[in-house]
Amino acid sequence: MRRNNIQLDDQGRLRHFLSVEGLPRTTLTEILDTAESLASAASQNVKKVPLLRGKTIVNLFFEPSTRTRTTFELAAKRLSADSLNMNIAASSTSKGESLLDMLHNLEAMQCDMFVVRHAESGAANFIARNVGDSIAVVNAGDGQHAHPTQAMLDMFTIRRHKGEFHNLRVAIVGDVGHSRVARSQIHALTTLGVPEVRVIGPKTLVPESLRGLGVHIYHDLDEGLDGVDVVMVLRLQNERMGAALLPSEREYFHLYGITAERLERAADDAIVLHPGPINRGVEIDSEVADGERSVILEQVTHGIAVRMAAMSLVMGQQPGKDGEARA
Amino acid sequence: MRTHIRGGRVIDPANGIDATTDLFLAEGRILAVGDEAPAGFAADETIDAAGLVVAPGLVDLQARLREPGQEYKGDIASETRAAARAGITTLCAPPDTDPPIDTPAVASLLIERAEDVGATRVLPVGALTNGLAGEHLSELVNLHQAGCVAFSNNRYPITNTQVLRRAMEYAATCDLTVLIHAEDPWLAENGCAHDGEVASRLGLPGIPVSAETVEIARTLALVQQTGVRAHYCKVSSGAGIELIRRARADGLPVTANVSINQLHLTEMEIGDFNTLYHVRPPLRTQRDRDLLRRAVADGTVQAICSDHQPHDADAKLAPFGESAAGISGLETLLGLTLRLVRDGLLDLPTALARLTCDPARALGLPCGSLTPGTAADLCLFDPEAEWEVDPSAFASRGQNSPYGHWFLPGRVARTLVDGRTVHHAEG
Repeated sequence: MRRNNIQLDDQGRLRHFLSVEGLPRTTLTEILDTAESLASAASQNVKKVPLLRGKTIVNLFFEPSTRTRTTFELAAKRLSADSLNMNIAASSTSKGESLLDMLHNLEAMQCDMFVVRHAESGAANFIARNVGDSIAVVNAGDGQHAHPTQAMLDMFTIRRHKGEFHNLRVAIVGDVGHSRVARSQIHALTTLGVPEVRVIGPKTLVPESLRGLGVHIYHDLDEGLDGVDVVMVLRLQNERMGAALLPSEREYFHLYGITAERLERAADDAIVLHPGPINRGVEIDSEVADGERSVILEQVTHGIAVRMAAMSLVMGQQPGKDGEARA
Repeated sequence: MRTHIRGGRVIDPANGIDATTDLFLAEGRILAVGDEAPAGFAADETIDAAGLVVAPGLVDLQARLREPGQEYKGDIASETRAAARAGITTLCAPPDTDPPIDTPAVASLLIERAEDVGATRVLPVGALTNGLAGEHLSELVNLHQAGCVAFSNNRYPITNTQVLRRAMEYAATCDLTVLIHAEDPWLAENGCAHDGEVASRLGLPGIPVSAETVEIARTLALVQQTGVRAHYCKVSSGAGIELIRRARADGLPVTANVSINQLHLTEMEIGDFNTLYHVRPPLRTQRDRDLLRRAVADGTVQAICSDHQPHDADAKLAPFGESAAGISGLETLLGLTLRLVRDGLLDLPTALARLTCDPARALGLPCGSLTPGTAADLCLFDPEAEWEVDPSAFASRGQNSPYGHWFLPGRVARTLVDGRTVHHAEG
């Protein structure tokens, strides 16, 4: 029988981290708290903790990525784990059968964790369902479905700046429909208690069916930004113009680009996030990206602590007060 | 060989019969229905049908047998035996085999293999265009003479509207029926789930309802122009049904079938990327499901098909979008249809009509009734008996069914083709 939530074990502890959806608020808060304690250890110059000493982590990247893979790699090193990078061209495993074969081979080499990025929605879920019980799976982005560690580092950043979630208005701007980042952000925000999540973009990028996720849809940027405390900008992929979803980057910037002027609609202390890499002059103006409201570089730093937290939690490890491992 | 089937509830929707009575068969054909044996009738075999429904054998307009080309998923022997076990006596096999059914030789191969196996009858559907490429017409008349009962490009679109028009015109000239799988290739491109809330939540590329309605509208315009008899296959949306309802009201020679899966399942079933629910066209909303059920009840849709697609286990062991679409459906077709009866959506004779005489009429097939003189293709089933679906016990080579652990009414006791028992349940 298929288990409904394979992310949690019988005691409700995190076993895999595949998507934010379906996880209770307590689990999300635990990830944030764990990341907080790891981040403060790092700032005291103790960058490395022995939480995952002796564990082997395989970064399985079926889709090219430099930034995400690098932060996962760094997170693994700071947890004292051994890590291995496998960059697999999509063409060599376009069939699930060979994907399964490869996983079973890696399993036979006694790995403890797979960090997976794949172009198909549901790929991490599929892998988690088809590997042995001893292996934890962390989703580093699957198709258009989920990118949970990115969403959690965004939450971490928001919490550091805003303290609480229950009094926030948050806007996500851009290609929400095709974005795994946005889906995970929406689930994280609503689960953590944000009362109003808005998504802003043209109908080609923000379809009506997103309403089911509990968001408010805006097609006008100025209306959507009105009074928000947090602006989460999404990266615009070049492919979108090819698929006739948009006429041009220029027109997109004209309608939905975040500029200092348009940001004036937001709350005075609003912060601006972006998952990177930034397309300057397309979804965000340099003046904003480099401005005082931007927390984009902090997000990168937080990414390491949050990934360390997720990786240690799925391995059943939590840092103690002294940063030592505790079962 | 003369057979006397005694004391069953004989339901023959084509002739308006629903009565506890007897059935008399001679030389593979129906001889008579009634309490009295015809003068001089001496049975070689008597079948006690007390407590059973005696109905025409089921006619399934859409079942893939995988032969030739994909015998590792199923073959004519395995799948026609599975069909016989399920009370299905006539199967229409779509042309997307490898090679496709675009030559008389392939059509004959299917028919002859099925005859050799001696279970369910197989009627090939010919390819409308050579190689299903949508460019050149197949030899429709030669294929028809080889036994093809209708013509279709199946799920391969004929994007060139001029080619489609010519194909319809030519088919109309020869009084042939065209089957249409309505899906606009651009609107459906890369899609694997209904373009709605579930796909949106899971980040699966969607197939909008408009992929179906745009193609139904385009083809209906050509049906109107050419006068060809058209049968729409596996209509999945309420909006699609509405177009067909209006076309029929306007007097166009249009009929339709739905897949049994669309009458029971919705997009919600996909849940957490469960690939057993990956079907094409995709499972749509509950509202669509309800409208399809209503269309089956009111006769806008004439046929319920199994849309049988057996797969090897690996075909479903992949991320959702990379998994193969389709459900192994022969062995649950009757039970799932009877479940609609049990749920009060249809009466039993109407449900059986949608599985027997109505699909036969839609394609002009001489089966699906108990009319004296026609082939004695019969399905005897116990309408009260419940059974638990266990895909691992299927006779089909495909165990890809999402109905495992469902309890379904209607156990098939015996299936006859040409008066010969091709399946007899033990016990």
